[in-house]
Amino acid sequence: MARTLINVPAKAARGEIIEIKTLISHPMESGFRVGFNGALIPRDIITLFVCTYNDEEVFRAELSPAIAANPFFTFFTVATESGTFNFRWTGDNGFSASGSANITVE
Amino acid sequence: MNMPAIGRRAVAGAAVMALVAMASGAADIAPADQRSGYAFMGRETRAMQDDDTANPGMLFVLDGEALWGRKVGDAAKSCADCHGDATASMSGVAARYPAFDAARGRPVDLEERINICRGERQQAPTLPFESQDLLALTAYVAHQSRGQPVAIADDPRMHPFIEAGRALFQGRQGQLNLSCAECHDDNWGKSLAGAPVPQAHPTGYPLYRLEWQGMGSLQRRLRNCLSGMRAESYAYGAPELVDLELYLMWRARGLAIETPAVRP
Repeated sequence: MARTLINVPAKAARGEIIEIKTLISHPMESGFRVGFNGALIPRDIITLFVCTYNDEEVFRAELSPAIAANPFFTFFTVATESGTFNFRWTGDNGFSASGSANITVE
Repeated sequence: MNMPAIGRRAVAGAAVMALVAMASGAADIAPADQRSGYAFMGRETRAMQDDDTANPGMLFVLDGEALWGRKVGDAAKSCADCHGDATASMSGVAARYPAFDAARGRPVDLEERINICRGERQQAPTLPFESQDLLALTAYVAHQSRGQPVAIADDPRMHPFIEAGRALFQGRQGQLNLSCAECHDDNWGKSLAGAPVPQAHPTGYPLYRLEWQGMGSLQRRLRNCLSGMRAESYAYGAPELVDLELYLMWRARGLAIETPAVRP
């Protein structure tokens, strides 16, 4: 599975705006490049990234071929209650990766 | 180019003498002016390097950590079986490389050292240059020296190789008739097609280059530079590239290791 780096603050105050950062290893092959043999390299990208917070979707991104390798997302949400952030990346050729992080809200 | 190694060294040695005389006008960078390529980057790229959860090089470091503990080869040994905890045993190692290998009578860089270990101790096939696994292992080992100053040993056996590297750095080559020193010693801090010219201190290798969208070794960077100068690149693993690596690290003495660095 692809390697991921997820950064969610372990603790936050209720109502605090928190920053979430995720990084995933993926070649993001655009489908527009040709290889040494002159043949087109088939497209292989992540097409969708979704983050849920206690099963409620808080962030979604649709990715295009123009996005660089190893996509990095950073976004903000409001810490409402203790629980779990789940992250899922899906893409071409059945690509799927996931991760999670817990937060304690006081 | 097919001269035996001894012959090549002799020629390089003679070239050094000529160059030292010729290049005396172009001064080396004063220690107080020494700056890592980091100092020439934009704010966003610096922020990317500084944050371990935003630095894509860390993905390779994590891969390298997994490889460190994996048993491979006919000896069925992992790196950890001999070297133990890399955070202790590999601390400061990258700051000393390329280092002199007594058995071979020449300096070897970190990638080659890892491959020597694989071949001789683990009895595993060597990893190809620029393969993900070799970059990951090298990045993991070099990462253990992050923050430590480059400390190439002042070993008399290394001097001829440092001088050979200096000759390559200062000698003009390629269709543009440029030397490395003309940009990186004489014109650092100025702009080349909108990009700042750094001082060419290899403190963060292997590093994540945004242009490559991936990790790369110092040899890859040097080959890039040579083709940019429209000079003939040396093959991966060529002694000339190791001499250049050694000279550049020797020249960067005292600067902190940054692996995995991020560069534009």
